[in-house]
Amino acid sequence: MNGPKPVNQRAWWLVLPVLVSVAFSAIIPLMTVVNYSVQDILGPTQRVFVGMEWFREVLRDSELHGALLRQLVFSGAVLLIEMPLGVALALAMPQSGWRASLALVLFAMPLLIPWNVVGTIWQIFARPDIGMLGHALTQLGFDYNYAQHSMDAWITVLLMDVWHWTSLVALLAYAGLRSIPEAYYQAAAIDGASRWAVFRHIELPRLRSVLMIAVLLRFMDSFMIYTEPFVLTGGGPGTATTFLSQYLTQKAVGQFDLGPAAAFSLVYFLIILLVCFMLYSFMKDIDTRESP
Amino acid sequence: MSSRPSRAFPGRTLLIALYCVFTLAPIYWMVHMSMRSNEAITSTFSWLPESLSLANYIRIFTDPAWYGGYINSLIYVAINTLLSVGVALPAAYAFSRYSFLGDKHLFFWLLTNRMTPPAVFLLPFFQLYTAVGLMDTHLAVALAHMVFNVPLAVWILEGFMSAVPREIDETAYIDGYSFPRFFARIFLPLVKAGSGVTAFFCFMFSWVELLLARTLTSVDAKPIAATMTRTVSAAGMDWGTLAAAGVLTLLPGALVIWFVRKYIAKGFAMGRV
Repeated sequence: MNGPKPVNQRAWWLVLPVLVSVAFSAIIPLMTVVNYSVQDILGPTQRVFVGMEWFREVLRDSELHGALLRQLVFSGAVLLIEMPLGVALALAMPQSGWRASLALVLFAMPLLIPWNVVGTIWQIFARPDIGMLGHALTQLGFDYNYAQHSMDAWITVLLMDVWHWTSLVALLAYAGLRSIPEAYYQAAAIDGASRWAVFRHIELPRLRSVLMIAVLLRFMDSFMIYTEPFVLTGGGPGTATTFLSQYLTQKAVGQFDLGPAAAFSLVYFLIILLVCFMLYSFMKDIDTRESP
Repeated sequence: MSSRPSRAFPGRTLLIALYCVFTLAPIYWMVHMSMRSNEAITSTFSWLPESLSLANYIRIFTDPAWYGGYINSLIYVAINTLLSVGVALPAAYAFSRYSFLGDKHLFFWLLTNRMTPPAVFLLPFFQLYTAVGLMDTHLAVALAHMVFNVPLAVWILEGFMSAVPREIDETAYIDGYSFPRFFARIFLPLVKAGSGVTAFFCFMFSWVELLLARTLTSVDAKPIAATMTRTVSAAGMDWGTLAAAGVLTLLPGALVIWFVRKYIAKGFAMGRV
């Protein structure tokens, strides 16, 4: 943009309320989790320090490796589908008038349904015998059954996520597009720029910060997806759609392994942190390379 | 606006039409289920509901446990949205305009608070809020949800604020505006689109969050999403009531986006200063 930002330490006062409100609910619970991860909890008052034991156990767990691989493939697919589709939708949405309002409300709907209900609705919606999607696919001659075929279960979970979350990308990109001053478009029209050139050199660079948020949000949330696949497929068939957080919850709640579960969640957190930091640095890098 | 350059591209109407069908199909199915009995839902397929029965809706509106859930959710979601956007606005301004000690680390740290599966935090949260005596209050849920909403709000708002040229601030300060007056009168109107979207997302993420809300409440502040889990019973799943409750969860959010749509669609108008 235009030169470096001025240094002003008093800006801390503006940030302080955020710091206090987030730290209150974040730091104390995080410390508790770190504390659990190095102890064997035998009872409310009985605990033994075990050091790195749980971390070693977690890293050797082969079921975990399977869940991690599935999770990475799933999040990758989510980003590859939802980002381009969301941006395309934002560009295609009407710019003003009642049609724009209607599109906004319509697209916001999937976001507003509690996640357990999303899973339940899709559970019926995709059933081959009594659901609209399953019924339609069967009528078209597909041998579709998400409860039995791993591939079908995968596609259904992915399709549900696309349905549920593409709107988030679209709404963010839409608001970003609306913030581009009209003068930029007029200048491009005078230059006789093609539609693609307008997108590539005006819209895309100005959307960068909202798209960065969208990429990070979609990565984090899809990497932690729990409720919807749990309700839809229960992780099955077999372990075909058992993603990381479901495996974690099985450990923490099902087996009462508080220590290993805490170690697991710290490893989990570090993976998300690492990938987010890579995505963030990568997109920041484009930013400094391409801005005039 | 004299000459609006065309922003159309081939296939755009088709794309929107197809996506609308895709979005509406599961929602249609939810409305469809909400008007049928459980026997009908689980036994026969039909494109249209056999009857337009409102029995499931009547059950929700006459049972205080059901409609109370909506009221509780609305209260803590409203508190959360106001607090989150309120603290995020000045912070996002600071991040977008100044450099200060630790700014980049702090900015990224904020986001790391969204990176932990909520299941991990359930027990520590329960202990923390019991210790400070906030259990089963709307404020507890609103504060807990700030962990993921405040970072989101700061990040989105910072993006929109950075798009506003810094000359606007400088001109206003030279004209003798104080910071609060400048912020409220000149700057906020310029980031309306971002504020609208941010408020909607805070509302949305708080509205659909279930695990924390359920853990921190028992009776007085029980959220609607927790009430919905009651539909699973020994007699099987109460699909119809769940679908009707699902349809009703759409309404408050649809109203919110209807109210902020003007801000989102308008974006900012340059040259106002």
